Amino acid sequence: MSRAALLVLADGRFPAGGHAHSGGAEAAVKSGRVTGAASLEDFCRGRLHTAGLVSASLAAAAALGADPAALDAAADARTPSPALRAAARRLGRQLMRAARAAWPSAELEALAREFPKGAHQPVVLGVTARAAGLAADDAAYCSAYESVSGPATATVRLLSLDPFDASAVLARLAPELDRVAGAAAAAARGVLDHGVDVLPAASAPLLEIGAQAHAAWPVRLFAS
Amino acid sequence: MHLDHTHDGASAVSADAHRPDGARRALRIGLGGPVGSGKTATVAALCRSLRDELSLAVVTNDIYTREDAEFLLREAVLPPERIAAVETGACPHTAIRDDISANLEAVEDLEDEVGPLDLILVESGGDNLTATFSKGLVDAQIFVIDVAGGDDIPRKGGPGVTTADLLVVNKTDLAPHVGSDLGRMAADAKAQRAELPVVFQSLRTEDGVAAVAGWVRERLAAWTA
Repeated sequence: MSRAALLVLADGRFPAGGHAHSGGAEAAVKSGRVTGAASLEDFCRGRLHTAGLVSASLAAAAALGADPAALDAAADARTPSPALRAAARRLGRQLMRAARAAWPSAELEALAREFPKGAHQPVVLGVTARAAGLAADDAAYCSAYESVSGPATATVRLLSLDPFDASAVLARLAPELDRVAGAAAAAARGVLDHGVDVLPAASAPLLEIGAQAHAAWPVRLFAS
Repeated sequence: MHLDHTHDGASAVSADAHRPDGARRALRIGLGGPVGSGKTATVAALCRSLRDELSLAVVTNDIYTREDAEFLLREAVLPPERIAAVETGACPHTAIRDDISANLEAVEDLEDEVGPLDLILVESGGDNLTATFSKGLVDAQIFVIDVAGGDDIPRKGGPGVTTADLLVVNKTDLAPHVGSDLGRMAADAKAQRAELPVVFQSLRTEDGVAAVAGWVRERLAAWTA
């Protein structure tokens, strides 16, 4: 298999539903916490070290071949907001559709059968990386990057933020992405011997609260 | 129409003509076009015209609200469980063309929950003249423009006007009031579309949707043949 498969999987145009989600950015913009490039960077940094770290570790563990059902339960336990759990499963189901077309595999089929309405997106992402012949580190990178690229793209639409500024935010976060992906992959390797409880459980309460409020808005641009 | 083809044993990935249980899935027709051209009104009229003879459902793609879905619910054109709304993240054309995953989920859920269905209408959020549906999502597409949007739209062309399986020019009753030349629109459409059909309609008249409904029935007959 090819390392370049990672580029296909991490491409923002990979048709797995991410374009309709803001990763909490819409709620943060509405509440005045994200108003421009500097506060977007703060927001993304916070998300990377909390939700990003957790999702990257789940994806890495799934890529290593840990039991997807146990990882899915671990994802539930680490996601207090029902709205975010629903969004993660919806995105997992959408990713599954694209993954089965791109990298058909028995493990993806089995996961689709076990979770017909969708497993948590990072779990599906890890099994997809495995099907594409990618390593745990690759899955961790992809998931950690998605945790910040989604909000950055959404903020370009929400605030008419200069797209060059948004890309510069992501570039400045790259060294931290390296560290988070590395930590996530290291934690994931512990799962094979010690179970899912060794995975990080970092939480961002404002993301959870914001997601619950956002889900009740009658008018919004993004699904989450 | 798509040729029948199935992936081995797996549930439909996108354009498969059959459901996982082997039954033929519903025909899926997309309705796209600019904001305000009358897509939702056409969907509502089609539902009223076809609901007694067909099992049908609707997927709406709103840009930032559930207004289109709520309009259909308010008008009671179908029971609520037959109307699903997809959220598009400010990019309606992405959800019907570049990343169709949410729409495919919506059509499959409708077939699971209220099926078997004969027909699913997928309505795009109002967009621009380049918005077209993926062939992985719909089997045929209708592009709806209206006379008040400018009678030069057929001449300007674009993928929707040029390639849609049916072009609907809506609100013909307004033509005298906005100075639109229907003859010129028809001639321009013919030049852009060659043999592809064009319907001029006004939903203000009795059974104004009859021509489009007739076209849908023909597509359905071909689909189930």
